Amino acid sequence: MRQRGRASSEEVTRDAGAARVPVDDKRAARVPVDDKRAAQVPSGATPAARFDAVVVGAGPAGSAAALVLAKAGRSVCLLERGPFPGSKNLFGGVIYAKVLDDLVPSWRDEAPLERWVTRRATMVLTETQSLSVDFRSGAWGRPPYNGATALRPRFDAWLAEAAVAAGADLVTSTTATGLVRKPGTGAVAGVTTDRPDGTLLADAVVACDGVNAFLAKEAGCAGEPDPAHFTLGVKEVIALGADEIESRFGLPPGEGADFEILGGSGGVAGGGFLYTNLDTVSVGLVLSLQGLSRSGRRPEELLAGLKAHPAIEPLVGGGALVEYGAHLIPEAGLAMMPKLAADGFVVAGDAAGMCLAAGLWLEGVNFAIASGAAAGRAVVEALGAGDLRGSRLESAYRGQLRKGFVLADLTRFRRAPALLLSERVQNRYPELVCDLVEQMFTVGNPVPKPGLRSLTRTQATRAGVRWRDLVRDAWTAMRAFG
Amino acid sequence: MSRHAGRPPGGIAFEDRMATTEFRVAPEPHIVVDGDSCRGCTTRECVAACPAALFVPVSDGGILFNYEQCFECGTCYLVCNTAGAISWRYPEGGAGVVYRRT
Repeated sequence: MRQRGRASSEEVTRDAGAARVPVDDKRAARVPVDDKRAAQVPSGATPAARFDAVVVGAGPAGSAAALVLAKAGRSVCLLERGPFPGSKNLFGGVIYAKVLDDLVPSWRDEAPLERWVTRRATMVLTETQSLSVDFRSGAWGRPPYNGATALRPRFDAWLAEAAVAAGADLVTSTTATGLVRKPGTGAVAGVTTDRPDGTLLADAVVACDGVNAFLAKEAGCAGEPDPAHFTLGVKEVIALGADEIESRFGLPPGEGADFEILGGSGGVAGGGFLYTNLDTVSVGLVLSLQGLSRSGRRPEELLAGLKAHPAIEPLVGGGALVEYGAHLIPEAGLAMMPKLAADGFVVAGDAAGMCLAAGLWLEGVNFAIASGAAAGRAVVEALGAGDLRGSRLESAYRGQLRKGFVLADLTRFRRAPALLLSERVQNRYPELVCDLVEQMFTVGNPVPKPGLRSLTRTQATRAGVRWRDLVRDAWTAMRAFG
Repeated sequence: MSRHAGRPPGGIAFEDRMATTEFRVAPEPHIVVDGDSCRGCTTRECVAACPAALFVPVSDGGILFNYEQCFECGTCYLVCNTAGAISWRYPEGGAGVVYRRT
């Protein structure tokens, strides 16, 4: 394991005031389960550490849950398998952090954000064409702002620090290996970890362990995953420099751009994204797992295709690759949502499918924060009542979620993910709409202009789209986004 | 892609691409691939889909797998159609991919 400071016996004595764990593995971790100390104690001599709640995963869901629990005066251990919170986490991406107004009111000044997004474009690409709806808003560049670009290793570490400041015990470099069950009832009573004597006992376990959701499966909340419910995100961070970014994207200093792209994924169902960070850009693809594995194409090759597109290359070309990464996205929303609780157990964030992949709206971090906070509040409520049965936790949790946007948005847009990954939207409509616009603006003199209706009919036929399907998809889209 | 014919995707060799990301290698592999199952597999979804290209077909019909530069995403076990071919868990605490803070 990485170098860890040796904790003295005073430091490992648990008291609320001493539980300030630096959010970095290089410094001393003042926690009761430090590996150096545990290794010196004969096995069985140390009682397992005990908390009101153990939160697994210090991503935005886990840190929000731990923050709520700690603020309510509950002892909470926030477990993170990476050397620091955020070290395993990757997204596009943009964060819509107004959801933090209650939890960390000073977030606008304190959170490590890259740029406030004031330019938002939706692009449709074919091999040689591009069509954009390019929106700019001055209001988004002023408080209360809208979205901001961010890099997760910095943002997630900051949010975890807020949970620590509220009193949560952060334990990094520690992987939860399974659930502890109460003898007799089988209720969840903690987690085992990969540290010697690393069992953590708790009245409730909040699983925020990410998209692979191993704990929810072990708890019996989720079944076998359906690969159709996931997409793979691959991303490059490319260094360009702040001035160059502002000049290429036409941005005032400190403001940022968010481009969502349909049709740039080399024929594999999915989409692209391009975001401006402070002095780098993040460019990537989101790819259907099944489409990708059937295509036989490599993700980085498909991404190179997007970067070479004539509408994208001038924006990202010439910079040095700073980092390449990949992460799964829970794409299917309500269709993949597990049971949200079991006895002594709740699940939140990506692990619960609480991520909005609705094409026009692509949001995850705000859903993670809101669901984690709701899970935390449900546990606080259940601890107060002394009743941690799954039925009670599930109804308390759903009650909390109903106060906000998570279930409402996922319910409203439940038809969107399937529509967006459908064959026509992916493969036919980009060509149809780009060709239509090209024909519209191609001056064919001496041939007179065709009317838009006949043009649409001709292009639909050329793209292999029947009127019937066009009308049906328009209707589906109205329902999906209505 | 056609404009990069003869060059690696994005103009950067795959090893150089992977070298931009930090991996703290655990002594034990967190993913184990059962070579016998792979020898009978004709579809090999993992080979194309793994974003780190960790699954490499070898001449005897098997698959060579190296866990060291794994993004821990989960793509391989989700796309794999051969039951029991891939045993997957997270690496030990502190090990594996570490995305950069700057």
